[in-house]
Amino acid sequence: MAMKPRQRQRLFRWLMYGIGIVVVVLAIVLGDWERIGFNFFNLEVMADMFPEVLTIAARNTIIYTLMSFAIGLVGALVLALMKLSSIAPYRAFAIAYIELFRGLPALITLILIGFGIPIAFQGIRIPGGRVGAGVLGLSIVAAAYMAETIRAGIEAVPRGQSEAARSLGMSANRTMFTIVLPQAFRIIIPPLTNEMVLLIKDTSLFFVLGTTPLTKELTKFARDFMIEIRNATPLTVAALVYLAITLPLTWLVRKLEKRAAMSR
Amino acid sequence: MTAVIEIRDLHKYFGDLEVLKGIDFQVEEGEVVCIIGPSGSGKSTLLRCVNRLEEATSGTILIEGDDITDADADVDALRTRIGMVFQQFNLFPHLDVLHNLTVAQTKVLKRGKKEADQIAHDVLERVGLLDKISEYPIRLSGGQQQRVAIARALAMNPDMMLFDEPTSALDPELVGEVLDVMRKLAREGMTMMVVTHEMGFALEVGDRVVFMDDGIVVEEGAPSVVLQEPKTERARRFLRMVTDK
Repeated sequence: MAMKPRQRQRLFRWLMYGIGIVVVVLAIVLGDWERIGFNFFNLEVMADMFPEVLTIAARNTIIYTLMSFAIGLVGALVLALMKLSSIAPYRAFAIAYIELFRGLPALITLILIGFGIPIAFQGIRIPGGRVGAGVLGLSIVAAAYMAETIRAGIEAVPRGQSEAARSLGMSANRTMFTIVLPQAFRIIIPPLTNEMVLLIKDTSLFFVLGTTPLTKELTKFARDFMIEIRNATPLTVAALVYLAITLPLTWLVRKLEKRAAMSR
Repeated sequence: MTAVIEIRDLHKYFGDLEVLKGIDFQVEEGEVVCIIGPSGSGKSTLLRCVNRLEEATSGTILIEGDDITDADADVDALRTRIGMVFQQFNLFPHLDVLHNLTVAQTKVLKRGKKEADQIAHDVLERVGLLDKISEYPIRLSGGQQQRVAIARALAMNPDMMLFDEPTSALDPELVGEVLDVMRKLAREGMTMMVVTHEMGFALEVGDRVVFMDDGIVVEEGAPSVVLQEPKTERARRFLRMVTDK
């Protein structure tokens, strides 16, 4: 059957719209709205969750994220410099580390750090207890991911920049820290913010190491609450709080990317 | 007169490719030597070997008597005596003009902030850009950026200056202002090694012209001789091509 490309495109588009409308209508018709409202959007339950969902759970999520990000960033910088080093063993170490911890599920790394280290090294205690172990584990994972980002940023700074700095008598290290890295970080702020969004969600893995009422982060807090009262509303609330944290961050990334594109 | 730069039997390979095939010459104090030649002749590589941005494969380069090609040489300290100006300017885009001029003064020469600022003012005035002191490089024209780059090198009080095609990346109408600054520098007695395609500048300002082709010095001497009555056929052919443009 002969159909012009534009006709075919239009037909396909209406087909997609049609499927979408059917799915939405089916969901509305088949859904038990009374039960959905009671189980997922229960105002009484919501009221019960405050203020702890913010003062404890959201606060812990943010603190764990920021600590893991900060420690991970320092580790990532060291790894990136090692990977770009002219000394082969440094490079080999960095490559092995990055491939290992990017390849493992973060959950396994957390368990290895939290339970493995106390078994393997008796008498050694990770400062900060279980939270400390969680932060350390997540920092280790974050360092592996961000190392590649930082390396790419360093390589994106034109060679002429370090040549100019070296020609002024700056040492290689001085050149890296005063000329190259400030420009590299400007380039990689958007991808680094993305890493932070991923970290926010990864803090939900902390539960495997065990928690106390005061160390629960959002997901664990919501799950325990949900099981206690046999109602799913806490998950809805936790989801909304996550979005309240991540959406402004992703919005910021878009803005930064736009600004970076303009200054080129 | 004493040699400020002395190049002895310099060879440079990139992999299997020999780009410098035994270069010998000296630059005396206060002398302006212009290096000309077709692209790929090795002139930029030669210049970059002088402050060791490129490692010489063999041979020696003496900077005021100190061997910069020596593996144990304090290259960073030697480089503070050698100003370098690049074709692409290479100003630091994250710093304003003032800090482009002071960063190496304070971090390398350990000058105090006040002294560094004062010197930055002085050299900016010399290149005629004092009013741009708080601008960022991106806001300057190519010619202005290159003049700031010259000022940045001068702020280190170098004993000699290397220019690597300093006007080749500029729009034609901006070439003059950069050449003016270089002309002034030459008159003030700066020792200069200039890789350039500006034959007029070489003729007027150069004390000596070196014509390079295929990794060797083909001809060198007074600008009026090398540029106007070249002895070799290679130099004649090159100059014909350049002036035909």
